[in-house]
Amino acid sequence: MQPVLEVRDLTVDFNTRTDSIRAVDGVSFSLSPGQILGLVGESGSGKSVTGLAIMGLIDPPGRIVHGSIKILGQELVGRNDRELTRWRGKDVAMIFQDPMNTLHPLLRLDTQIIEAILAHSKMSRRQAYHLAVDALKKVGIPAAEERMHAYPHQLSGGMRQRVAIAIALLHRPAVLVADEPTTALDVTLQSQILGEIQELCSELGTALIWVTHDLAVVAGLADSIAVMYAGRLVEQGLVDQVLDHPLHPYTAGLLASSPSRNPRGQPLAQIPGMTSATANKQLGCAFSPRCIASTDICKTNKPDKRLASSQHSYRCFNPVVQNGYSA
Amino acid sequence: MNTFLTLERVSKSFVSPTPIVDRFASWAGRPIVSRAVQALNDVSLNIGEGEVVGLVGESGCGKSTLARIATGLMSPTEGKILVQGQDRNAMGVEARKKAQISIQMIFQDPLSSLNPRMRVIDLIGEAPLKHKLIESQQKQEYVAEMLNLVGLDPTFMRRFAHEFSGGQRARIGIARALAVRPKMLICDEAVAALDISIQAQILNLFMKLREDLKLTYLFVSHDLSVVKHIADRVAVMYLGRMVEIAPNQTIFGSANHPYTQGLLSEVPNIDARHKKFGGIKGEIPSPLNPPSGCHFHTRCTKVQSDCTLHQPAFKQLSEHHYSACHLNTLLRP
Repeated sequence: MQPVLEVRDLTVDFNTRTDSIRAVDGVSFSLSPGQILGLVGESGSGKSVTGLAIMGLIDPPGRIVHGSIKILGQELVGRNDRELTRWRGKDVAMIFQDPMNTLHPLLRLDTQIIEAILAHSKMSRRQAYHLAVDALKKVGIPAAEERMHAYPHQLSGGMRQRVAIAIALLHRPAVLVADEPTTALDVTLQSQILGEIQELCSELGTALIWVTHDLAVVAGLADSIAVMYAGRLVEQGLVDQVLDHPLHPYTAGLLASSPSRNPRGQPLAQIPGMTSATANKQLGCAFSPRCIASTDICKTNKPDKRLASSQHSYRCFNPVVQNGYSA
Repeated sequence: MNTFLTLERVSKSFVSPTPIVDRFASWAGRPIVSRAVQALNDVSLNIGEGEVVGLVGESGCGKSTLARIATGLMSPTEGKILVQGQDRNAMGVEARKKAQISIQMIFQDPLSSLNPRMRVIDLIGEAPLKHKLIESQQKQEYVAEMLNLVGLDPTFMRRFAHEFSGGQRARIGIARALAVRPKMLICDEAVAALDISIQAQILNLFMKLREDLKLTYLFVSHDLSVVKHIADRVAVMYLGRMVEIAPNQTIFGSANHPYTQGLLSEVPNIDARHKKFGGIKGEIPSPLNPPSGCHFHTRCTKVQSDCTLHQPAFKQLSEHHYSACHLNTLLRP
């Protein structure tokens, strides 16, 4: 199947006054229609910047150094803001962690949603209004017609996130980037919203990138997983492959430190140390200072992408070997 | 096991001041409608010495209010708080101060709870000095000891809070709480904002401190997998009321209350792949205007006619298992 999104060798730098930080370093992946990818990593790993790059939202001091992002076969990198506006909200949309920051606090919902509809399609305001009400109903907002006249602050957190999702899906985008949209919500609300997104994406055939640090959510939601560390994709593959047979020591460490993988009351397995912003500046593998399997070659060379199977790849010199499944 | 902290039928309501328009209207004869939020409604909880109690519930259920009342940061509208069997309100000034500092709180966001203009040595050393636990010349040594205890390098003590990473800040927050030699720590979402690998480190630290210092914990969290890992007993709250209290294995094995059951079925798990997400229907109702009878009846799948009329009793089901559901009295009289 023709992929809807193809990211090749994406590299993003952020310039500081004296230096530049490489936030994303040679990230490649592709998505077919309706596929759900979980992009997992810790704070500062570059997962959100990857999402923003796909939306064409990298502003100075950040810049895409090289690489390509193709949505429905069209190249996005190198286009100016005006051209990008044609894609944003139409073919690719994004939901953010805090909907209070994405909804305009001074505009009623009807104004905001109708504006978003008319930005990309030609129709009368009346038609747009009905479309907007339908969109709100679809994401499970009760009394949608009355809610149209509400301001964002009059809605609860879960409702606001639903409105943000409704707006993102208005134009049936080919790709939806979700940057931790349920992290701030309660378990019950998270579950409701995950259920709605699951349903809508399969109905519209939208490919979804779910950016998160929560492996448990990704396990239930995604078809495939990409794990980021210090700007690089260290492991990617189908959910079952990556979670049952992690090859990169970082992925294995993350899984082992999850409370549900540890006997109750016993100390959790932990990855020592922490990431630093300059981890990828060092000569070898960025994870080697924290890695238990680190050897001499890890300190001097960056590992290239290797294939364990046609769908499962990793970047490590000393992959985790376990019960018969090895690289 | 001796009881360390007892909350006895504690209620707390927050009353918003009457708007001036309504006050004028009341002179003209219109009755004043009080806008009170009942944040806690007749909540009782015992925490034994050395025990870890997990407190779970959705936002707005009153779990943070309960934590604040337990530390003494807030006083309840009704009910009693007993520290080691003694009523906190009936204590003398000195005894009360002592009871107060024996319970310390650890907050969710360490950065906003650490003074940005103070160095670590003062952040940690100020309270023990003030409470005369140490002399001023001992301060440096004492702070170094506290930093070692939480796994931080004592050479960092001249730095400011913003110079540390999230995990290190959490450790500073813990060291500050430990500096007054508390017997109990109240953790209000203490690991919620941390990355997974850091969260594991901090949870391990909590468990190590429990062993080393014989600490008692009230662990407030919305993350059930964390609570399952660390708690001996779990208390579940909904809209200001306690709905179920039971030992860890009972809650995670055979929960009684429909709300607890619903909550548990929603917890994402690494080993539950390709899940169909759904969730308990609806949202937590506004505490300004809670539903009648059992607060949960608007979202409950097993709702009976009785549920809308009467508040269910908090019934003892087995030795340590309590639950507030009408089904227990209807089906198992």
